[in-house]
Amino acid sequence: MNLFLTVTLNGLTVAALYFLVAVGFTLIFGLMRSVNLAHGSLYLLGGYLGYQVGEWSGNWYLALLAGALIVAVLGMAMHLFFLDWMQGEDLRQALVSIGLSVVIADLLLAKFGSLTLQFQPPEFLQDSIELPLIGGYPLLRLSLLLVALGIGIVLWLGLNRTRFGAAIRAGVDDREMLSALGINTSRLFVLVFAVGAGLAGLSGVLGGTVLSVSPGEDARYLLSSLVVTIVGGMGSIVGAAVGAVLVGLVEQWGMAYLPTYAYMLIYVLMTAVLAWRPAGLFGRKA
Amino acid sequence: MSTPLETRLIRYDLALLCWAVLYPFLVPNFWVLNIGAPSLFFGLVALSLSFLAGYGGMVSLAQMTVAGVAGYALALTSVNAEAMGVPLPWPLAVAFAVLVAVLFSIFVGFLAARTEGIYLLMITLAIGMGFFFLVQQNDTVFNAFNGLQGVAVPQLFERPIRDEAHVFYFICLGVAAVFYAGIRYLVATPAGLALQAVRDDPRKAAALGYSVTAIKVAAFAAAGVPAALGGVLMVWYNQRISPGSVDLGGINAILIMAVVGGLRHPVGAFIGAVLYVLLQNFAGTIVGADRFNLLIGSIFLAVVLFSPDGLLGIARRLQAAMQSRRAA
Repeated sequence: MNLFLTVTLNGLTVAALYFLVAVGFTLIFGLMRSVNLAHGSLYLLGGYLGYQVGEWSGNWYLALLAGALIVAVLGMAMHLFFLDWMQGEDLRQALVSIGLSVVIADLLLAKFGSLTLQFQPPEFLQDSIELPLIGGYPLLRLSLLLVALGIGIVLWLGLNRTRFGAAIRAGVDDREMLSALGINTSRLFVLVFAVGAGLAGLSGVLGGTVLSVSPGEDARYLLSSLVVTIVGGMGSIVGAAVGAVLVGLVEQWGMAYLPTYAYMLIYVLMTAVLAWRPAGLFGRKA
Repeated sequence: MSTPLETRLIRYDLALLCWAVLYPFLVPNFWVLNIGAPSLFFGLVALSLSFLAGYGGMVSLAQMTVAGVAGYALALTSVNAEAMGVPLPWPLAVAFAVLVAVLFSIFVGFLAARTEGIYLLMITLAIGMGFFFLVQQNDTVFNAFNGLQGVAVPQLFERPIRDEAHVFYFICLGVAAVFYAGIRYLVATPAGLALQAVRDDPRKAAALGYSVTAIKVAAFAAAGVPAALGGVLMVWYNQRISPGSVDLGGINAILIMAVVGGLRHPVGAFIGAVLYVLLQNFAGTIVGADRFNLLIGSIFLAVVLFSPDGLLGIARRLQAAMQSRRAA
């Protein structure tokens, strides 16, 4: 029982990270119909940039901020220079983003080498906290859960309670109609891309702190973003949250109870969802 | 332009085949075994993607994984250094590998067939990467990180076929030529035309009475065979298979070959594979061996940005430009 609860809590904290990465991915996908397959690279970029800033300044909060902001700007640049002018050619955009991910991964490898890097979080986050039934649990992981919950709520409110959010939701449903209504969709796309990229960069620093940063992590977070979006349905924040929780739990339970077949369970999850709802749990038919 | 297009194309195909047959007698063994053979077996895998994408409109990123499934199935039914699996005589092992890979391909097809375009690309990518993480983690069947080493290669006149550059090259060429011709033939048959109808307009094809799902799954099954044989040849060539063969880099490699060559025609897969293998071997002298991915990634990026129909598209445009100049 104790083990089960700990594993479940681990699953939820991993899910928090997956959610933060995938929510940007799914919003970009939903709004622009373009899959940014360099999303994992943005995560890794955030991790390394944050690490570098942390090394220079010795300040973890600054690292967090730098990871998020620099990657948001780089994401915007990536969108404007590479993806924006081929709007509507979704396959070509996907291929361009794959090319970018190959180049970014190799540049990061050249700069930072293949060692595994770890952050030094602030003192108070390194403690563990006593939880009923579970015992000591790292405060860092719990705060990750809270951060993800907070960001999720802010995003949900922003998307469902503001004019800007209404425009995005309208864009997910029908972007041509939206631009016919006089909304500057290009500007909307850039903003959504910046938010999505910034969240990926932020997650890079958070993930690097809770786990670690190393080459190849981009593939892991790309896979989790893909599966979360496939399971949850594109363009839906609630879908991303539910998808992330399912993927996180399935992965951690699998690792604990079926160690060598954990990734097989992801197939089972994906197959089950696709058989039942091809557009994902919260997705609507495109 | 008096000759019909089809005749001209077949003429090109024959010229290409003649060149491929003569090639090993004109160059040193390194160029036969280390450049020629890998171009052909990677080309086979890229050909399966080129077929699905070009004629079915389905950019499946799981084709390297299909090859990897065949590779693992072959390694597990051959004598290997880890003594894992059940050794079978090599024809049975190959048959088993192809069968397993085609079944896997059908599974991929079923998952992907209900979706289209970009969603299909995502699902197949997720399937491919999931397989990589599975074999990397699982040590009971796939021997995790190390994979299966020292896989036995069939022998001819008491020597492993892989050790004889020309023998191995011509085996690769034979398989590649059969499937290249097979696909060129298939796309002109009613079944191939139905596939292209589904690509162009699934709803109209369905209204005409075609089962869109069945056609897509059948295309995946058909594409599974060349991919699987490419995987078999790849394992014989390397005498091993490991998670590194089917990782994101491997998945991207096949995509890069097919796209850089050009998806419009099956020959693009082989053109792309030749270029990829050449760069892989000579990157050391251009940018340093460690930065191969930077080089190939930039080339891929340049192609999708400026010539999305690949090198074939560039060739076609050059030809058109020359013809219009001649006409002027």
